[in-house]
Parts: sequence; C-alpha cells; structure tokens
Amino acid sequence: MHELSIALSMIEMATEESIKRGGAKVGAVHLKLGRLSGVVKDALLFSWEVACQGTTLEGSRLEIMEIPVVVHCENCKIDRTLAEINNFSCPVCNEPTPEVIQGKELEVTALEIIE
Amino acid sequence: MTQTRLVEVRQNVLKHNDVLARELRIRFQEAGVFVASFVSSPGSGKTAFLEKTLTTLRPNYRIAALVGDLATANDAARLARSEVPVKQIVTGTICHLEAQMVENALGDWDLNELDCLFIENVGNLVCPSSYDLGEALRVVLMSTTEGEDKPLKYPTIFNTADVAVITKMDLAEAVEFDLQAAHTSIQAVRPGMRVFEVSSKTGVGMAGWLEFLQSHFTANTKSNHFEISKIAD
Repeated sequence: MHELSIALSMIEMATEESIKRGGAKVGAVHLKLGRLSGVVKDALLFSWEVACQGTTLEGSRLEIMEIPVVVHCENCKIDRTLAEINNFSCPVCNEPTPEVIQGKELEVTALEIIE
Repeated sequence: MTQTRLVEVRQNVLKHNDVLARELRIRFQEAGVFVASFVSSPGSGKTAFLEKTLTTLRPNYRIAALVGDLATANDAARLARSEVPVKQIVTGTICHLEAQMVENALGDWDLNELDCLFIENVGNLVCPSSYDLGEALRVVLMSTTEGEDKPLKYPTIFNTADVAVITKMDLAEAVEFDLQAAHTSIQAVRPGMRVFEVSSKTGVGMAGWLEFLQSHFTANTKSNHFEISKIAD
C-alpha cells in the first residue's frame, strides 16, 4: 500500500500552496484520480485522514474525482470509455484498444482556501 | 464571516518522482546505458531469471544490477554470483522503488562504463506501477504457478509494462498451466504486448529473450556483440 506516501506528498504540496498564500487554511484538496493510476480511492481516503493529523490540513476533506479509462478505437476511429480496466477492447466493435487516452491521472486540481 | 475560495492548482502528485525519473532517463541515454526494470509478485522467479540473464550476458557486456527489497541483502548476494556489480536497495517499509532510491544507489558508479543496468523492483504487483524509474524497458513477470488470470487481477502493472515474461515454464505441465489462457489475459489488459515464455532452470526460451534484450543495447557499445544462440539452451 503506497497510498499513505501519496497522501503525504499531497499534504506537502497543499502546505506549500498555503504558505504561498500567507498561510491560508486549506479546507479541501481536489484530486483527479485515474482508474489506471495504480492508486486505490478508498485506501487514499483512509490514508488522508491519518496523514493530515497534526498538520495544518487536519480536518480537511479530500475530494476525489474518479477518471475512467478512455481508449482510442482504431476501427471505429473514435475514443471510447472502458467499463473495466482489465478488458482493453472497444465496447462496440470489440477491437483491441492499446492506445490509452486518459485514466492515468493523479493530479491535484484545486484547493479550497478558507478566508 | 469565513468564505471558501477555490484555487486552481493542477499539479501531478508524483511530479517530484517524474522529474527525477526524466533526469535519470536523460543521464542513461547520454551514457549509452540501456536500463531495464523488472516487476512481479514475490516468488515469481525474478531473481533466478535475472541471475541467468546476467550470467549469460556478462562475458560480453558491461552490466550492473540494482535490487530492491523491504529487508535483507539476500537477492543481491544471489545476483552477485553472476560476478556483475550489484547493489541492494533496502526500502524498509516502502513497498516499491522510487526514482530517488535509484539515483542514490547509483552512487559512484560510472554510467559510461556500463552497457546495461538492470533494476529489480520490490516484489509487488500494485505499488511499483505508479513510479517511473527512468528505465527504457519495464518487464513484468508472472510464473506458471501463479494462475493464468494474474494480469486480469492486476491490470495496472501489466498495462504500464512494455513486455511480459512467463517464468517457470518447466513447471507448466505439473501445475496444469493453461498457456493460452495466460496469453489471452495478458492481451486483454495490454493488447499487442510481447510475451516471452522461459524457464530459468532449464534455459528454455532464454535465447529469444536475450536476443530481444541485446537488440536494445546501443549500437555504439564498446563490447562485442555475439550470437546468443551459441550460449543459451
């Protein structure tokens, strides 16, 4: 489980942003989490609470936006969303779809600053 | 009265690792060293496979290896039998290697003196998938004793790898391993993935793997290329 170290990196990042803004209180961190990122949502949420203890982010929320895997289907010439991450084939024509367009995201998109 | 304001940030959480990995990749390229990393579950035969690979290539190439484990230097001792320079990275409680650990472990090694560097990750099919190590090739291994549906259970690691190796082929019959089902699983999570079937014990399949590996070594390597077919099997 590496979600704890991911949570710690995010706290570090949020703290830096907060310092840049004169030590503003961070109420929530917004994260885009791709289903192919290798990070598990529930484990990350659990880690978040633990990792925030004793930091300026204690009591903050972690808002996770899950990003589905989107692949490009060469046959249909269109991008398709996959229902499962262990079946990389077009849900319409069944053609194998190795080209991943999105789904690997692990990105902090915004902070809620309390003023 | 308090107010909440949404501030846009847009930062990759693993930015620090990604930046370091990118720098390492450039260093490796400039030094002309080909870097391959190996990921698998514990006990899939990574170390035996690497030992066989190192021993076979050593007479003709300048090779070094880094090996990650939570504890002990046992694997480094095993790989050192191949007589190539080996360093153990003991990660403590960390379940994967990160670019920083690779950089630290390289220490005083002169990359210009190497043709190839192998990095054996911690035995884990989950966490290593998120961390770029600056490698040129990521190899995922699964053994015939693990079950054909391993790729379906751990799709992310298979999807982030470049090639797959099925190890312990000498045991395939004894454990009634369904090779076709394994290939179907791999292709479902990573269509078009190249797959090697090997036995580190008997040497079966090693020739094809070594030939593939050798084709990635830089053309300007000072060592002599050689016919893999002469020494394998």
